[in-house]
This record gives sequence, C-alpha cells and structure tokens, in this order.
Amino acid sequence: MSDDVSAFTSRLDGPAPELSVSNDMVRRGFIVAPVLIAMCGVIWNLDGALSSAYAIAIVLLNFSLAAALMATTARISLGLMMGAVMFGYVMRLALIFLAVYLVKNAGWISLPALGATIIITHLGLLIWELKFVSMSLAYPGLKPARPTSARHTPAKN
Amino acid sequence: MEAMSYIIAAVPGVPSNDAALKTANAAIGAGFAYGLAAIGPGIGIGYVVGKAIEAMARQPEAAGMVRTTMFLGIAFTEALALIGFVVFILLGL
Repeated sequence: MSDDVSAFTSRLDGPAPELSVSNDMVRRGFIVAPVLIAMCGVIWNLDGALSSAYAIAIVLLNFSLAAALMATTARISLGLMMGAVMFGYVMRLALIFLAVYLVKNAGWISLPALGATIIITHLGLLIWELKFVSMSLAYPGLKPARPTSARHTPAKN
Repeated sequence: MEAMSYIIAAVPGVPSNDAALKTANAAIGAGFAYGLAAIGPGIGIGYVVGKAIEAMARQPEAAGMVRTTMFLGIAFTEALALIGFVVFILLGL
C-alpha cells in the first residue's frame, strides 16, 4: 500500500486565494475602466467607448468566473479542480465568443476597440496584480499598510 | 489557402466572384487562427495545473502559494488565446 497522497481524494479547505486575487483585479479594473473608456472614446468615438466598456465587463467576468470555479472545486477534490480548470478554459472561451458574436452586428459595436481593450485590460490587470503577488510571495511578512484616519496614540497613565 | 478558395468556388450556390472568395478566405483564415491559438494555451494550462496539483498533493501546507501562482499562470497563458480570439474577430467574425 502506497503512502502517497492521492490528488483525486485530496481537497483544500480554508480561504481561497484565487478569490482574493480575482477581487483585487476586479477592483483595479473598475479603477482603470474610465481611463480606457475615455481613450477608446477619443480614438473610436462613442462606439469605441461603449465597446470598451463591454470588453472590460467581459474580462472582469472572465476573471471572476475562473476564480469562482477554482475555489468551488478545490473544496471538493484536487482532481475535480484540474478537470474544472481545463473544461472551464474551453467554456470561458466559448462564452467570450458568444458574448462577442451576439453583439457583432449591433450599431454601437467597434470591433477594433473591443479587441484592443480585451487584450490591454487582461494583460494590464495581470501585470498589476503580479507586482503585488510577487512582493507578498518574496516577503511574506510584509503587507501593504492600510491608511488609518486616526493616528495611534499611546495611553497616558 | 488558395486550394480552399477553389473548393469554395466549386460549391454550388456559393457566389464565385472575387469579393465572396476574399470573404470566405478571411473567414477560413480567422477560424484557423482562433483554433491554432487555442491549442497552445490549452496545453500550457494543462501543464501548469497538472504540476500545481502535484505540488499541492505533495505539500498541502504550500497550497495557498501554489494556488495563487497557478491562477496567475493560467490567466497569463489564457492571454495567448485571447490574442488569437481578437485576431479572429478582426479578420472574419
């Protein structure tokens, strides 16, 4: 009898780091969205701005869906998580295709703006998040300090 | 690709003028671009996830770090497929 831990029967309980990474990226996506929409609006007019907003929504939903799928299946089994990630990849590509296919003939769509925003948002948010994740992996004791409104003052005796 | 255009031209009911052939060629090229662009990331994601599962099964206490890195690796790999998808929508959707 082998003592090896089976990936098919192991499961991971506890907090899901994918969800926190995904939530961080969504929060940052909302921060950069006005800038991207404005830039696309300048280049491709109103159609570009609307297409850019649609593309940002697609990218953020894609991140959230991927994280939710991984977090849910990791609590069941690691083997299931592997299967879910692989089929989830295909499913999410199909959903992105469907989301674009349904609006391709709409009057407000600008395909160059949509495509450019999908790539820039996806890669930009990943690189931005990677900066923080690599810092926390390299220096686990360091955490970004949250600004406090009230300064801590020692108690006087 | 030229052979494809001859095949398309031979199909009854399909207009055989240059514009139709150009459109058909663009659609075929876009389909190939999307399909080929999705293969590489599929292999890459499978490799990343397989190794991550192996690492988590061997060392469960490092699972948090492994999962974070795995998620980012998957997302970066998926960017390649998205680039192929954008080429697809710009060429022939």
